Amino acid sequence: MQNPTGSAPRPPGPEDTSRWGGPAAGWRAREFRHERWRERWRSGHWARGPRADGPLRRAEEDGLVGGVAAGLAARTGLDVSLVRLALVLAALVTFGYAAVAYVVAWLLVPVRGADRSIASRARSDRRGVALAAGLATLLIVLLLIAPVLGAGLLTAVEWPLVICTAAIVLIWRNGDAGEQAAMRHLAEPLRGFTGRRGRTGVLWRMGIAAVLLIAGTGILVSGHESIKLLKPLGGAVLVLAAIAIALGPWWLGIARDLVAERRARIRAEERADMAARVHDSVLQTLAMIQRRADQPQQVIQLARAQERELRSWLFDGRAPGSMDDEMTLAAGVRRIQQEVEARHGVTVEAVTVGDCELDEDLGALLAAAREATVNAAKWSGADVISLFAEVESAEVSVFVRDRGKGFDPDAVPADRKGLAESIHARMTRRGGSATIRSALGQGTEVSLTMPRGAGERQPGRG
Amino acid sequence: MSTASARAGASRPRVAIVDDHGLFRSGVRSELGDQVEVVGEADDVEPAIAMIGQALPDVVLLDVHLPGGGGQLVVTALKAAQPQVRFLALSASDAPEDVIAVIRAGARGYVTKTISGPDLIDAVRRVAAGDAVFSPRLAGFVLDAFAALPSEAEGRPSFDPELDQLTTREREVLRLIARGYTYKEIAREFTISARTVETHVSSVLRKLQLSTRHQLTRWAAERRLI
Repeated sequence: MQNPTGSAPRPPGPEDTSRWGGPAAGWRAREFRHERWRERWRSGHWARGPRADGPLRRAEEDGLVGGVAAGLAARTGLDVSLVRLALVLAALVTFGYAAVAYVVAWLLVPVRGADRSIASRARSDRRGVALAAGLATLLIVLLLIAPVLGAGLLTAVEWPLVICTAAIVLIWRNGDAGEQAAMRHLAEPLRGFTGRRGRTGVLWRMGIAAVLLIAGTGILVSGHESIKLLKPLGGAVLVLAAIAIALGPWWLGIARDLVAERRARIRAEERADMAARVHDSVLQTLAMIQRRADQPQQVIQLARAQERELRSWLFDGRAPGSMDDEMTLAAGVRRIQQEVEARHGVTVEAVTVGDCELDEDLGALLAAAREATVNAAKWSGADVISLFAEVESAEVSVFVRDRGKGFDPDAVPADRKGLAESIHARMTRRGGSATIRSALGQGTEVSLTMPRGAGERQPGRG
Repeated sequence: MSTASARAGASRPRVAIVDDHGLFRSGVRSELGDQVEVVGEADDVEPAIAMIGQALPDVVLLDVHLPGGGGQLVVTALKAAQPQVRFLALSASDAPEDVIAVIRAGARGYVTKTISGPDLIDAVRRVAAGDAVFSPRLAGFVLDAFAALPSEAEGRPSFDPELDQLTTREREVLRLIARGYTYKEIAREFTISARTVETHVSSVLRKLQLSTRHQLTRWAAERRLI
């Protein structure tokens, strides 16, 4: 819409005296007018729209009923009120067949931004189709009786009425929420009759309907000279009014129930889907937390793992329990964080700067980092471990730091020495380095560095 | 460092909490305890702007995500009229572009919602005193963002080269923050004063807020996951 095509914009303006003007002057002038158009579009001061590209789409948000007229206006560049006027006139002239065209367009043309029409949705709505067919048959029967009563004019609009009724039932049942709201809005004036005002209301209504019906049929069958001219029109109007008053509320009631039922169904489906997911993840975790209420450390780690999973579902759209296939350094660091947090009940504050694909060297670096992190989680006594990885063009560094009890590097217990040495060995075997800094009471920091391997800029390194 | 910090120094900092989750607000309130004075709460952009304009807290703990838009809307709306009110961003999502957006709007720092009570109180005090608060994660974001900016040496002309580059020392300080060092530990590491560390961090914050490089934004958008 906002992007007028160059083909035939016919903007009004002082330099364009014929409002529905002839061919545009020239390319440059058109360019200039495009700018004016965009301005008018923004300011809202305009009578006609620019032509839109692409297939016809209903413009629901601009429409009065189904947005067909608004969509046509957007497509052709004509003023929407003009299109509407033309449609109404056409409906009168063609005895309603233009209205049929409108309703069918409503069914078949998707709304702007959607790819499915109401008709394609309605195909799977078997109850709706049955209802539409039933109503159509009922109408046909009614209309067959009409000529007997002398309401000959009704037969002229017979088929349009039948088709429109059936189509509107389908739209009502299969339209989206916005469309149903629009239809409800249209039906609002009729609602006055549907108020549940109890018996007196019904009696009044039936009384009025009966009077109208009698008057209508009276006019239709009477041959009195003075009302001869009124006969077909007036009689038919009165009979129709009688039917509307007598049956309208009941009819609207059915329609309302249908909407309510449809909504309830959608809501139930959504709830079931949500319930399944929540059960698989959150409820399981809550059950486990209840069973381990006496072990705060475990409760915390369960809650943390669940939080992470839930968040990746809500924000990243990853299904609970799924893993990414392609591994990068950052993903590897994240996995270390998750595993250590889940298994050892400590917080791992992981930060990565830059990222790259993993090769064998970097895999070894990650393995060493993992070992250092697990080591810190097990032995340091700190509840937070910092894990920092930085990818630079020449090397990748990882730092694992805790603020736990630390140790005296000169008097290392045998088990820890073993771990330190294994980290060291892992790194040096692949050309990297590992240093461990620690002091009693001041925590420990393991620094790991690995040169970037064959993958990137230094193909010479083996 | 004007009236706000003087007030903050003299007594408990006055804090407002803006978060759309009532449970989280009451959690923060109880964690802050009597260390600060909570003067207001709000759950969305519009109420927050009204509440902060009236209560005039020293520090606003601001959720990065609010139903009515990002937390940066609150900062932007109040920055001109109430420059003495300082903002500390809190976030659970950690999406870099959101964090960078709220920092660039004018927040003085960023911490994750999993921060411990004492650390949060410390961060509030620091922001109240006019300093910048960088969590390890924010330090990582900043290092990453500025590393992604092509440097002048690589032939990219820059409008203001000073704003688009971090100094070596600033980079080192950020790296240590990302590695989990406190300001005090960083000062010891480089044998400089803690005050100097604060200066470096504030300078990084200034560069982050003033750099006109739109690469910063693009970088943040590209790093959706972390």
